[in-house]
Amino acid sequence: MKKYLNSNSLFYIILIGIFLVILPVGNLLGFVSNNTISLWGRYFCFAIAALGVDLIWGYSGVLSMCQAVFFCLGGYAIAMHMLLVAGGEDPSGIPDFMVWNQVEVLPAFWEPFHSFGLSFILALLIPGVFAFIFGYFVFRSRIKGVYLAIITQALALAMWLIFLRNETMLGGTNGLTGFKTLLGFSLSNPSTKLSLYVLSFIVMFGLYLFCRWLVNSKFGKVLVAIRDSESRVSYTAYNVVNYKLAVFVIAAVVAAIGGMLYVPQTGIITPGRMDVKASVEMVMWVALGGRGRLKGAIIGALLVNYLYSVCTSMFPESWLYILGILFILTVLFFEKGFWGLIEMLENKIKVVASDKSVSKINS
Amino acid sequence: MLLNVKNLHVSFGGVKALNLSTFNVQQNELRVIIGPNGAGKSTFMDILCGKTKPNGGDVTFNGQEILGKKEVNIARMGIGRKFQKPSVFPSLSVFDNMLLSVRMHKGLLTSMFFKMNSEIRDRIESVAEKVGLGKHLETLAGNLSHGQKQWLEIAIVILQDPKLMLIDEPAAGMSDEETYKTGELLTDLAKKHSVIVIEHDMGFVKQIAQNLVTVLVRGQLLMEGSFEQVRNDERVIDSYLGRANTALEK
Repeated sequence: MKKYLNSNSLFYIILIGIFLVILPVGNLLGFVSNNTISLWGRYFCFAIAALGVDLIWGYSGVLSMCQAVFFCLGGYAIAMHMLLVAGGEDPSGIPDFMVWNQVEVLPAFWEPFHSFGLSFILALLIPGVFAFIFGYFVFRSRIKGVYLAIITQALALAMWLIFLRNETMLGGTNGLTGFKTLLGFSLSNPSTKLSLYVLSFIVMFGLYLFCRWLVNSKFGKVLVAIRDSESRVSYTAYNVVNYKLAVFVIAAVVAAIGGMLYVPQTGIITPGRMDVKASVEMVMWVALGGRGRLKGAIIGALLVNYLYSVCTSMFPESWLYILGILFILTVLFFEKGFWGLIEMLENKIKVVASDKSVSKINS
Repeated sequence: MLLNVKNLHVSFGGVKALNLSTFNVQQNELRVIIGPNGAGKSTFMDILCGKTKPNGGDVTFNGQEILGKKEVNIARMGIGRKFQKPSVFPSLSVFDNMLLSVRMHKGLLTSMFFKMNSEIRDRIESVAEKVGLGKHLETLAGNLSHGQKQWLEIAIVILQDPKLMLIDEPAAGMSDEETYKTGELLTDLAKKHSVIVIEHDMGFVKQIAQNLVTVLVRGQLLMEGSFEQVRNDERVIDSYLGRANTALEK
């Protein structure tokens, strides 16, 4: 009976059609610039982080304001690897910024990052373990709601301050930059850029499918139940702390994957990516796209970032106003965000369509 | 003896909310607790399910101490609670609400890789039929009427299959007919489970009180007896008319 396209299939067609066919093919044929490709490639990374935000906030109702920290932990890990591979002016091979800080020997914690495999594992493991330890104490103490938002913001601020310091040996304010290759591929090469773009898309899509599986499983229903009534979940014999902790760790690792893919495409990672504002922005993408809807998270992240690049080039001073207005409109009128709006329109069309078919039968 | 309470006391800000010297519930007993507002009835249930920490006392369930245990562990021991204000999951469907409560292993991985089977489906459908929600399985729980939410919460407790059910004011907000059906459901449940019911509606109490009725007043046990004994007791009548003090001083 379904003759017309529904919003779901339209979502896949548009997403895959534009980003996996039109843009890459256009790039190969030369009418889509390399710049556009790596711009969208980065947006996919943000969308990956947004999926994590949606899991922890949209589905479980835990307003974590430190997702950008996890994003950056993944990003820094891969940045450290690329920097070591690129080497510096100094014959010892230690990165330039260390030489400028009169560091003569590579700090021990940098050593594992010589190997790509280890860096890859650490990029996922560090945010995961960090989220586990932090989450364990926070959730066990039953910190929730506004208090959780505040304590995670405090964490984001603390991490930002730590990464700003030169003594942390992670490049301080300037962050890490000057990468040349990843796994032997030159990062400045257009084909590497395109490959990273495609890889980011595929990872984003894969993680979307993973998250969809997760939220549709009984596990996902427990998450929604926790959002609705945490105490009821406890009285129904689920260990709420374990569930929250699990989803917090998953969201952190998902964000870290986004960060890992982000850094090679941007060529730089600075503490600015992990300040409180960055985490709040991630929450806003999800709010605008549609909280508790994975498609909403992806669309929110892509749309807001695209708008950002359009608006900042057209009306440079007004971006924050535009974002603010969008956010206010969403909160006031479109509680379910952009994707919620589409779902609502679709239902209206369905109702109209079924009315028509009914009247046809009657006449 | 399933539940054994001794010298349980709790106070909120200096006010003694509950001071229960002794209270016992047998296997498959349906116990009704009545008492005027502020008698400590709900507080008592809050303590039994781990929501409120008492100042002191002894509560053993099935031979195990439950005071100091977390809500989830108490639930796993086999105590199910229905709250006075219906507590369901509004953004999940009635079916999913019930699915989450079905007694099974509730760890992370089990939940992730949970596969629906016909046994569980049948179980949910039969309980849904019992509480009159058979036609509403796909409805979002948030869209149910107040009475239906009450029933859904009872269904949640039933599916947990606890040894002891704590049912707080099940008939509130229900029509007479619905109330009667709830009463039948509870007496039926008491064949296989122990049930403690808090209720105000005397007609309803009369219907379900097959065993003892406990009367709490100002956190203390006023009396325990059959429905007829309780109804004809001078002190009970007095306390319900608001002369609790004089009644206790006699």
